[in-house]
Amino acid sequence: MLDLTFSEPAPKVMQGATGPWELVIGMEVHAQVSSTAKLFSGGSTDFGSEPNSNVALVDAAMPGMLPVINEFCVEQAVRTGLGLKAEINLRSVFDRKNYFYPDLPQGYQISQFKYPIVGEGEVLVDMEPGVARTVRVERIHLEQDAGKSIHDMDPSMSFVDLNRTGVALMEIVSRPDIRGPEEAAEYLRKLRQLLRYLGTCDGNMQEGSMRADVNVSVCRPGDYEAFREGGDDFSKLGTRCELKNMNSMRFIQQAINFEARRQIDILEDGGSIDQETRLYDPNKGETRSMRSKEEAHDYRYFPDPDLLPLEIEQAWVDDIAATLPELPDEKRARFMSDYGVTEYDASVLAADRADADFFEQVAKGRDGKASANWVVNELFGRLNKEGLGVATSPVSAEQLGGIIDLIGSGDISGKIAKELFEIVWTEGGDPAEIVEARDMKQVTDTGAIEAAVDEIIAANPEKVAQAQAKPSMAGWFVGQVMKATGGKANPQAVQQLVKQKLGV
Amino acid sequence: MSVDAQTVRKVAKLARIAVEDHEVEPLAKELSGILDWVEQLQEVDVEGVDPMTSTVPMRLKRRPDIVTDGNRRDDILSNAPDAREGFFAVPKVVE
Repeated sequence: MLDLTFSEPAPKVMQGATGPWELVIGMEVHAQVSSTAKLFSGGSTDFGSEPNSNVALVDAAMPGMLPVINEFCVEQAVRTGLGLKAEINLRSVFDRKNYFYPDLPQGYQISQFKYPIVGEGEVLVDMEPGVARTVRVERIHLEQDAGKSIHDMDPSMSFVDLNRTGVALMEIVSRPDIRGPEEAAEYLRKLRQLLRYLGTCDGNMQEGSMRADVNVSVCRPGDYEAFREGGDDFSKLGTRCELKNMNSMRFIQQAINFEARRQIDILEDGGSIDQETRLYDPNKGETRSMRSKEEAHDYRYFPDPDLLPLEIEQAWVDDIAATLPELPDEKRARFMSDYGVTEYDASVLAADRADADFFEQVAKGRDGKASANWVVNELFGRLNKEGLGVATSPVSAEQLGGIIDLIGSGDISGKIAKELFEIVWTEGGDPAEIVEARDMKQVTDTGAIEAAVDEIIAANPEKVAQAQAKPSMAGWFVGQVMKATGGKANPQAVQQLVKQKLGV
Repeated sequence: MSVDAQTVRKVAKLARIAVEDHEVEPLAKELSGILDWVEQLQEVDVEGVDPMTSTVPMRLKRRPDIVTDGNRRDDILSNAPDAREGFFAVPKVVE
């Protein structure tokens, strides 16, 4: 298990005219469940299909159609709960959340209100090496997604596509434990990472697979601590506003900053905050009220009479628990202890399962630190630049391992290794064969190096005099020898010989 | 418990049911009657009794994660008052 110790990050403080203010943030993340069919129908979940082609009669709310739950979606929610170290509720209940909108043919969304399938869990949010915060998760419930309305295809009409209607969502609700805009973005990033590890959500924010509602309030220093000491006593916190439907890490941060400042200005002018839903406008960089939706907030939840309570067995939950993969926090800790890599490198390597697997293939039987160095700095750096990932990397784990072996054996220098990496990247091939065929081996033969050193010393008497007067000049000779040997001479050996010959 | 005219109008609006002015008073009376009856039910002591969800012990029916429906756009759109380019077309709903 985790043997890393962390200190908590400081909350973001904003200065006002009347003193400092702190931010308190809670998030509701809607994560689309990775499944083939929808939550209560046999409609397909494929993204990007022709409009209204993935619509079952249940999704279109045809009279007489009844919902039947997709067992795999339940399994995915349980798996997510287990990954967030949360309690799994063996009995949960589906409710109807009633509201009217053109992309919701039923006139209600089937959701879970009082008895969600997953209870309290947690997410460890890493800010930097050694600094992290445990954000408490209050609950996760299963619900149906709505369809999609398109407003810009016609001047007077909205177009509705029901393909997304009925797709399973997990709503992951955090406690208000997030204390700044950067933390909010990191929370979402970590949650996304966990869901991708678990395979329960693809985390594709562009396609809307993950969207967040962000609750923001401001308080005075000390108030949040009082809130926690009072067992989550909300009377100690300020009134919150909800920023709806955010799907970009960057906009989330901008929106939180704007919203907190807006609230501080109102409070300092002697006003009070109205609890309301607001929308962030990235073009104007501001949030605005969605007042017209206010009345729709009276959802009149009641248990869905079409669905019995969902009862699951502990043995089934245990079976799912047994199939959980190693999660990023554990993987990171293991990389640090087993391979001796830094926390930073371990975090980068563990960020994605495929990346981590690639690293382990490279590091197997090799020096962990050197492997991490090559994977993180050379390979990932290059992949990022070219917009590629490990799956599409031109350099395989085996090839990269081959390059590292050649450095380890002293056959090539670090400098040549970078050239070799370049050749393997563009042309492919076996690194050892390339080194052999192109005569790239490091010259460790002292005789050959000595000859080169002698030649350069003989040809540059005035530099010799300079170097003898000022020993730091010896570096010039090292450079010349390296150049003369095409970079293949062992740099340490050259340095030693140059100093020896110059007598410095 | 009594339901006033304003509550009747609010509930009707939330449920998108058109209620004529002359229907409001009688509806308020009927709804009050229903709520009174529920209130009476609440007098029964149900301490320690689980809410009943079914008269026979039944398990919520499950379905495997398989696509069994879809690719019937024309059926789906056939009742729509207006459909264009494969979409339902409705009066603009954006603010």
